[in-house]
Amino acid sequence: MPANRTVQPASQSPGSGVPVKTAAKLGMVSCPHCATLWEDVKAHDRCRRCGAGLHLRKPDSLRRTWALVIAAYIMYVPANILPVMITVPFLGKEQQDTIMSGIIYFWNSGSWGLALIVFTASFLVPLFKLAVLTQLLIAVQDHSKRHLLLRAKLYRVVAVIGRWSMLDVFVVTLMTGLIQIKGFATVHPGEGIAAFAAVVVLTMLASISFDPRLMWDVTEHEPGRSHESRRGG
Amino acid sequence: MREVPDLIACEECDAVYRRLTLGRSEVAFCRRCGAELERDRRAQRKHVLPLAIAGLCMYLIAHVFPILELELRSGLFSHATLIGSVRSLRGEGMLFVALLVLATTILFPLIQLLALIYLLTFPIRFRRFGHPTTFNLSGRLIQVLRPWVMVEVFLLGVIVAFVKLTSMATVLPGIALWAFGALAFLLTAVFSFDPRCLYISRYGYKKQGK
Ligand SMILES: [Zn+2]
Ligand SMILES: [Zn+2]
Repeated sequence: MPANRTVQPASQSPGSGVPVKTAAKLGMVSCPHCATLWEDVKAHDRCRRCGAGLHLRKPDSLRRTWALVIAAYIMYVPANILPVMITVPFLGKEQQDTIMSGIIYFWNSGSWGLALIVFTASFLVPLFKLAVLTQLLIAVQDHSKRHLLLRAKLYRVVAVIGRWSMLDVFVVTLMTGLIQIKGFATVHPGEGIAAFAAVVVLTMLASISFDPRLMWDVTEHEPGRSHESRRGG
Repeated sequence: MREVPDLIACEECDAVYRRLTLGRSEVAFCRRCGAELERDRRAQRKHVLPLAIAGLCMYLIAHVFPILELELRSGLFSHATLIGSVRSLRGEGMLFVALLVLATTILFPLIQLLALIYLLTFPIRFRRFGHPTTFNLSGRLIQVLRPWVMVEVFLLGVIVAFVKLTSMATVLPGIALWAFGALAFLLTAVFSFDPRCLYISRYGYKKQGK
């Protein structure tokens, strides 16, 4: 083993897609929390430095991510159809707002900047996340070797932007808390906001449970030995 | 099971590299996928503890005082704290949303700050007696909770709500709004700190000079 252990030093400029040796190939497992590398890891071993469970790849990554993504697609429909906020004025008709009507309201009232921010956070980001995660999952299952660098970047983007979709949940929370004024108006949260919050949580969980190393595993040529058979070994 | 010293694997593509000796604030990247491998955080580390304590103070102010105050022409008046808003969500039967807001803006930031202050004070001074399980759990908790602390998203939500309300009433920013702004800034500064370097110092692992 010492012979094939010679590895390159890390780079001080971002990657250029060059081939390298992987920890899996060298029989090593990296701790997900403290990044210590371990050799001869047996099943159910824990990191001796920080106590985190050691796995060659995130356990059951593809199936878990698929389940979360599909659940998010299902919740996406009520999240966009059902009202997220119901305003009941003292005099006059009650007004129901969906995610989209809230954005249109901002646009029409001249707050274009805010309309764009809310449109991005509440509409584009969830849709982009679902599309990217689905694409990443399909590519891994197809053993695709195309656009690996692009996919690595997309995964990073999805992991970072996911939380910003919570924006509308916080807006509805504040409006509900602030406008409970008898003799003026009351604001009530609609079912849509619960579905929308579920979409945000499910897509965040999905991007956490997806293991980006699976994308790169297909570039390893190991005839007759898939990484599945070495899991936990 | 044996530890492999001096090597590091990319979290995103599993490529293995020799650890570089990083200079001040330098970053090491993966040659294959471009992910960040390691970052030198010695510069930030000195300020982490005072910033975390300042964050705790801002946290208290942010949750005690009202965030927004509303004044109507008819003399009606209303104000909202975050906890009050969460309570009215629960009162409306939105238990899931109420819990989510409670966790991401109230519980998790507090847990993170307390875990960080614990990591930075107790185990270093009493390293020989420090309880390893609590130390490990706090370190992992900080990393696991990181994506779920949403103070800066909440702040943007306050701004959106503010603009929405200006059309119907006079809105005044409360003290807590400024405290939330400061808290969001402090949390970002504090969590540019990586608890990993504590494991390195705890176990006397020195990458300098190798
Ligand atoms: Zn570890
Ligand atoms: Zn990499």
